[in-house]
Amino acid sequence: MARQAVAMSSTNYDYLDGNAAAGELSKVFAVDITTAEGRCGECGTTKCLAEAHLYMHGPGLVARCPACEHVLLRLVNVREHMFLDFRGMTYLRLDTSRSEEAS
Amino acid sequence: MWRVGTVVALHDETPTARTITLQVADWPSHVAGQHVDVRLTASDGYSAVRSYSIASAPNSEGRVELTVERLPDGEVSPYLTQELAVGDRVELRGPIGGWFVWRSQQTEPIQLIAGGSGIVPLMAMVRSRASARSTVPFRLLYSVREPGAVFYRDELQAISSRGGSVTLTYAYTRATPKDWPRLPGRIDASLIAETNWSSKLIPTCYVCGPTSFVESTAALLVTCGNRPDKIRTERFGPTGGRNEFH
Repeated sequence: MARQAVAMSSTNYDYLDGNAAAGELSKVFAVDITTAEGRCGECGTTKCLAEAHLYMHGPGLVARCPACEHVLLRLVNVREHMFLDFRGMTYLRLDTSRSEEAS
Repeated sequence: MWRVGTVVALHDETPTARTITLQVADWPSHVAGQHVDVRLTASDGYSAVRSYSIASAPNSEGRVELTVERLPDGEVSPYLTQELAVGDRVELRGPIGGWFVWRSQQTEPIQLIAGGSGIVPLMAMVRSRASARSTVPFRLLYSVREPGAVFYRDELQAISSRGGSVTLTYAYTRATPKDWPRLPGRIDASLIAETNWSSKLIPTCYVCGPTSFVESTAALLVTCGNRPDKIRTERFGPTGGRNEFH
């Protein structure tokens, strides 16, 4: 039901799914972390990162909680460096059994 | 890691959408529903990256098909749909994404709902079902502007008329074929109730299309009794293709 609440409160649909960040994250992670379950540090909602709302039109990527829009993840590339900020989540639970499928 | 794909075939799906078949060396195969990032680099070093869903079924021959819709103001899609020729090369990263996927080991009924070019990853699932000889029942609800905008028309017709268990329903939003029983319009609760699996069967639902389409459809599925955790979504950007951030 959280999804509905967000849908009704959003005025413009300018986000994609966390899914769409998988290519960029595959540059540095050995497993596909978009299938990892993360717990929102604000409201406690626990969902796959692929289900987050992903905003891609700034200088980097911002993933927000689909329930409360709290920032879960920020990613910015500056020349040869990637800055990652995961502090919006209290944890990420990764399935390591499928690591061979990661690109 | 970027790989080089060589264009081996081009096929126009509609006046504005083209399927590009690439042969990719060392392609690790993919799972239906995954996407690739495509990188084009100009002679001055400027490069642009876009994400496109894979349309083809997983295969071991290193063949990857993408269907690209031309966006009027696009930077990459006009090149891919109008200028790219057989023999040309593009760079690919992927396959990407392990969430919006259908694996042939799945046994539950599957509900696919496409909005416009959102049909592409769902077509990969339909093709994957066939190539894996899966007998899992699929239902596809395909929302499209008008009959001329349908992708993969003949193949979908053939698959759904085979008497097997892939059921296809079109929902036209602007213009219908002659004598079509339903007025043009968006997918609503009654159409979902009429054409989708009963939520009692606990189908897994895959919804792909523009963000507004996905939002409204996912909400309708929940209203119709589907479990939110059985609904997987893939949104395209407001312009119909995934944005770049490079």
